[in-house]
Amino acid sequence: MAAVHDHDIAHAHDHHPTGLMRWLTSTNHKDIGTMYLWFSFIMFLTGGVMALTIRAELFQPGIQIVNPEFFNQLTTLHGLVMIFGAIMPAFVGFANWQVPMMIGAPDMAFARMNNWSFWLLPPAALLLLGSFFAPGGAPAGGWTIYPPLSVQMGMGMDMTIFAIHIMGASSIMGSINIITTILNMRAPGMTLMKMPMFVWTWLITAYLLVLVMPVLAGAVTMLLTDRNFGTNFFNAAGGGDPVMFQHIFWFFGHPEVYIMILPAFGIVSEIIPTFARKPLFGYSSMVYATASIAILSCIVWAHHMFTAGMPVTGQLFFMYATMLIAVPTGVKVFNWTATMWRGSMTFETPMLFAIGFIFLFTLGGFSGVVCAIVPIDIQVQDTYYVIAHFHYVLVSGALFAIFGGAYYWLPKWTGHMYDETLGKWHFWLSMFFFNLTFFVQHFLGLAGMPRRIPDYALQFADFNMISSIGAFGFGLSQLLFLYVVLKCIRGGAKATAQTWEGAKTLEWTLPSPPPYHSFETPPVIR
Amino acid sequence: MNVTEANSVVLRKLLIFTVIMFGFGFALVPFYEKICEVTGLNNLLQADTLVENTQVDTARWVTVELDANTRGLPWQFKPLQSSVRVHPGELTQVVYEVRNNSDREINGQAIPSYSPQLLGKHLKKLECFCFSKQVLKPREVRQMPVQFLIEPGLPTDINTVTISYTFFELGNDNTASLDINADQL
Repeated sequence: MAAVHDHDIAHAHDHHPTGLMRWLTSTNHKDIGTMYLWFSFIMFLTGGVMALTIRAELFQPGIQIVNPEFFNQLTTLHGLVMIFGAIMPAFVGFANWQVPMMIGAPDMAFARMNNWSFWLLPPAALLLLGSFFAPGGAPAGGWTIYPPLSVQMGMGMDMTIFAIHIMGASSIMGSINIITTILNMRAPGMTLMKMPMFVWTWLITAYLLVLVMPVLAGAVTMLLTDRNFGTNFFNAAGGGDPVMFQHIFWFFGHPEVYIMILPAFGIVSEIIPTFARKPLFGYSSMVYATASIAILSCIVWAHHMFTAGMPVTGQLFFMYATMLIAVPTGVKVFNWTATMWRGSMTFETPMLFAIGFIFLFTLGGFSGVVCAIVPIDIQVQDTYYVIAHFHYVLVSGALFAIFGGAYYWLPKWTGHMYDETLGKWHFWLSMFFFNLTFFVQHFLGLAGMPRRIPDYALQFADFNMISSIGAFGFGLSQLLFLYVVLKCIRGGAKATAQTWEGAKTLEWTLPSPPPYHSFETPPVIR
Repeated sequence: MNVTEANSVVLRKLLIFTVIMFGFGFALVPFYEKICEVTGLNNLLQADTLVENTQVDTARWVTVELDANTRGLPWQFKPLQSSVRVHPGELTQVVYEVRNNSDREINGQAIPSYSPQLLGKHLKKLECFCFSKQVLKPREVRQMPVQFLIEPGLPTDINTVTISYTFFELGNDNTASLDINADQL
């Protein structure tokens, strides 16, 4: 980042603070993007340590390392930290860095609000992690915080509820900013249908966020008043209904999983054409597929609740609606494949992650279709099959796309090429250990191993040991990523403006690293 | 209109939309209750009406076990008989007794639970103390009837069923009872 900073001093009209105050008060989309990305990486490591503690406990049958209460707190916080702390802020970081540069805007629409939406996150994270030290510990009822457990837990639950409120506010502010920037600040000539796919996916994601985040805020507010102010939304004794929480929660929760994957689709849709040296196949079908996925995602929520009690008609509706999502998703996968077809492909690290994404995300998508089938879901719900499914879509899906995007744009952000050899090592290690960790969990789930339990029956021992070894390998491989990023920031071969031979979008017309204020005069798109 | 103004217009619209969606979350509560009411799911607090005169299947016996619990309130709660044998289709009345052991007036609400779960579909209750809240004065004792019948449609492999009630404390502030719940866990 030093290079960016030096550049600023050269601009006499840029009077902005240096040191810590630069970051605290920054309204620059690039600075804020950088902070988002570092924040999410720190949260990723925090959630990762929790995951490794879980896997260490599951290395052998029996209770060895942590007591069951703490184990439950770990599974809960691992989910919350990874979703709200790692994956979502990482994508917002990408949006901050890339959206203005890709549409030819000087900055985000509301620069001051942008600063706010980032600086809400660290206090929220402290509240969330601080709940471990509250009397009764962190929430331990799973990241979905279902009542009645979430109504009965200690103060840690209240802290978590406030953390969710704050993170939700941050997400909504970020989304409003992104929508406004994309709608109003595109360079002359850039019509909506000329926007890069990453911008399109983020536009749709941001709409999803303002649609469902307030609903989550409402749900946790009801929990809060049930806990502290004597309301009975979810309290059966007072005429409430705990199942209603599940409906409201998943009305948010299912679009949320697409919030975490649509920007990943966008990143992959940028990387694949660059390294296949061909334009994206079926651009407009890609846009419509993204929009269809977003709309469908709002009417499938109850497939998370097939066993919670539902009439058969309801189960059938949600089963078919869920399976319908496979159609636009399939369109996307075919488009990526068709983009690579007869392309002049090279396999730099971003491309490796993108191809890894296509393979493994599709695998996770298929196990999702399996879970959508009601009779099978009744068998596999709350087992490791579900764990395997959503880690395939969230780790080898969302996270691999984040890694791919980071390698893809690091030369642009820092002005230096990253270490290609180490990048490839990072990819292959992640790929190997990821599958070692999670592929066997399909078998564990089909054999009936329940999730969120610190102990298991002896017949699950071998697969669990394999999975734990994989998890530690995967976790340690990420330190290599940290090293590659730090090395790239500190120096390396100079990156050219275009960096990648096949890169066509607007950010590659700027020097690497880009000036503090990009596109003070808007570029014209023909 | 310059960009700054255009931006504030979008900002205002999206903020209004956000507030509407926050309200929508709460609007889901009456919506959910309405759906449950219309579809007849989850009507724990309403009496059933018998649409037609049901045939009594005198060839078959079903044992109905009665269970009573309290959760976090100082009441003594029990059925006067621990089980009854009934014919499917036969209207039956059982009596529960509840006693307030404390020196304060307490509002309680009973929530039913059935085993097997399937029983819920085939149990028709015409009268039950669980349809409304019960207010017991200090040291008051009350006997309360439950009038029910089990529809002959109950699968024939089920010979024994359980009807269970749990009393919860209701009040302006029910945190006290929730604290007790938390302690019991």
